[in-house]
Amino acid sequence: MKVESHLLLFMASFGAVIALIYWFFSYDDGGTAMLTAFALLGLLPGGYYFWWSRRMAPRPEDRPEAKQSDGAGVVGAFPGSSIWPFVLGLGAAMTALALVFGFWSAIFGLTLAVSAVIGVIVESRRGGAY
Amino acid sequence: MTLLAERPSPLSHPEEPEHGHEPSGVLNWLTSTDHKVIGKSYTITSLVFFCLAGVMAVVIRTQLASPDGTIVSQHTYNELFTMHGSLMLYLFAGPFAFGGLANYIVPLQVGAPDMAFPRLNALSYWLYLTGGLTMIAGFLTVGGAADFGWVAYAPLSNAVNSPGAGPDMWIVALVLTGFSAIFTGVNIVATIFYLRAPGLTMFRLPIFTWNMLVTAILILVAFPVLTAALILLWCDRHLGAHIFTTTGGGVPVLWQNLFWFFGHPEVYILALPYFGMVTDVLATFSRKPVFGYRGMIFATISIGALSTAVWAHHMFTTGVVLLPFFSLMSYLIAVPTGIKFFNWIGTMWRGSLHFTTAMLFAVGFLIVFLFGGVTGVLLAAPPVDFATHNTYFVVAHFHEVLFGSAVFGGFAGLYYWYPKMTGRMLRERLGQASFWFMFIGFWVTFLPQYLLGLHGMPRRIAEYAASEGWTGLNRVSSVGAYLLFISVAIMVVNFYISWRRPIVASGNPWDGQTLEWAAASPPVHHNFTWLPPVRSERPVWDFNHPEHTTQQHRQSDHATDGLVGVATTGFTDTGEESE
Repeated sequence: MKVESHLLLFMASFGAVIALIYWFFSYDDGGTAMLTAFALLGLLPGGYYFWWSRRMAPRPEDRPEAKQSDGAGVVGAFPGSSIWPFVLGLGAAMTALALVFGFWSAIFGLTLAVSAVIGVIVESRRGGAY
Repeated sequence: MTLLAERPSPLSHPEEPEHGHEPSGVLNWLTSTDHKVIGKSYTITSLVFFCLAGVMAVVIRTQLASPDGTIVSQHTYNELFTMHGSLMLYLFAGPFAFGGLANYIVPLQVGAPDMAFPRLNALSYWLYLTGGLTMIAGFLTVGGAADFGWVAYAPLSNAVNSPGAGPDMWIVALVLTGFSAIFTGVNIVATIFYLRAPGLTMFRLPIFTWNMLVTAILILVAFPVLTAALILLWCDRHLGAHIFTTTGGGVPVLWQNLFWFFGHPEVYILALPYFGMVTDVLATFSRKPVFGYRGMIFATISIGALSTAVWAHHMFTTGVVLLPFFSLMSYLIAVPTGIKFFNWIGTMWRGSLHFTTAMLFAVGFLIVFLFGGVTGVLLAAPPVDFATHNTYFVVAHFHEVLFGSAVFGGFAGLYYWYPKMTGRMLRERLGQASFWFMFIGFWVTFLPQYLLGLHGMPRRIAEYAASEGWTGLNRVSSVGAYLLFISVAIMVVNFYISWRRPIVASGNPWDGQTLEWAAASPPVHHNFTWLPPVRSERPVWDFNHPEHTTQQHRQSDHATDGLVGVATTGFTDTGEESE
């Protein structure tokens, strides 16, 4: 977890330094705001990983001498086939197209999107097939 | 079914785990959350968009082949170059890398059973497909597709200058594909951080995976800015906002600032994945570890970081940006890129080179991208930029950079991983023919465009007078475009032949070095039945060649190679990894 956090924290400190230089060079609000946001984007997850990396033992994937058997067991839960990402994608697209064609498109789109969200929650709770 | 994936170990049972009923055919395409199915869908969809955009380019070149071209009207011409750029950049070059190949290969390279968020991954694909179709569907509207260039500069993109549904559909399409890219970015970062195999530390990841990690972070930096800017543009067009207008307190150049704060990291989002592919291909077909492995990673990180601070070098001629700052930052990018070139050459140096099609495309990338990079350094100098801005010189430059990476680098990756993705080999002879058509066609197309730019031919013009003296070079350039068309056609034939008359590929046909070659071709459900021990950045090579492992290679380098040995050691053998 250390290297991961250092990568993000490096991005954050680079953004902060550049934002500072850029501000005193140009006094441009827009660019400085974007660079500051870039720094914060690195700081938030980077800080979180850094906080954790000091509190947890190195995982098998952090240890150069780890054996494959050190990581034996369940990796995680991976959902199987599901129709809901497709329904949600279609719903999101139709909702977005309301920006072009008018409100009626969003009615269909939101209906699909909401049913997809409900569907995926039910599916996750059941842990079963669609 | 929710499946509990077991991590494979030497002790686990070799038979496939129970994974319930999985649908097949169209239903599988619609419902699958397997990164391999989604990765393949992404790859095929993006290649279809690539072919469409390529046909548009051929029409554009035919129009320009003679003075006062009359193949298409000026309005149609504007739509064509806009959609050519939009399709190539938003729907091909990016998604082909991070949605297609990365989606398929990154979980394999880190030894994971799937992406970290499989359903989010599927949603990414559907947003990408619906967004792409929305963009194309702009052609079906009364006013035609968007015609303000792929950068949509204000105030040209406002409701008065670009009325109609086509531009709005373009905006919506980019919002959708933007979200799709963001979701994929989150997925890639989480997969690399949390699903690596035991022993696979960050500094043992293949360079392609490292580059995808930096790319994914850049996606998270850049795409939200574009999405926000697009929403603001829509408000200007429909709600009477005055954000990018010339009247009512608006600032048109703010659009350029927002767009390029997305656009410049985007250029590296389009380049870094292909740098990674080329690195892996060069190492495999040189039968050597990557030269200067850590230097390569630090170069990638520096390019990623610097790319956020160079956006206004696209805006030198607006007269309202800080020339010395952006010029200097742009020059700085040449340093890590130069390190990469040094390391690519070092990887091939005294290697046992195998010139397969993938390797040819990778070497082609080196040559093409070098020229694109050098002209990029020229353009980073404001005096040169003021003279060549908006001419064909710039067109030639960014085609060398983007065609060089996305097409030469991308096809190197595609030829390299095609056996892994399909379990079939492509025909080498056809592949090499398509490479030579592409390599020669590329130079014939784009070298004349440098000269045209220096002779003052502006971008985005539908016709020119014979008295300008641009006819000859334009004609040469158009011939080159037809050669490129032939090259892609040969490649399509190659895919068709491998589909109809398959040559079965083994799990490791190229003597590959990284973990994806430990899986079957194509990999089974949840990818691995077995993983080799990971003791360096090329575990599969170490397992297959115990007489010449990566550690032994480094030691012999150290002893005999003098300067090269010192450089390798300096970049690779520092820190906690030496055993």
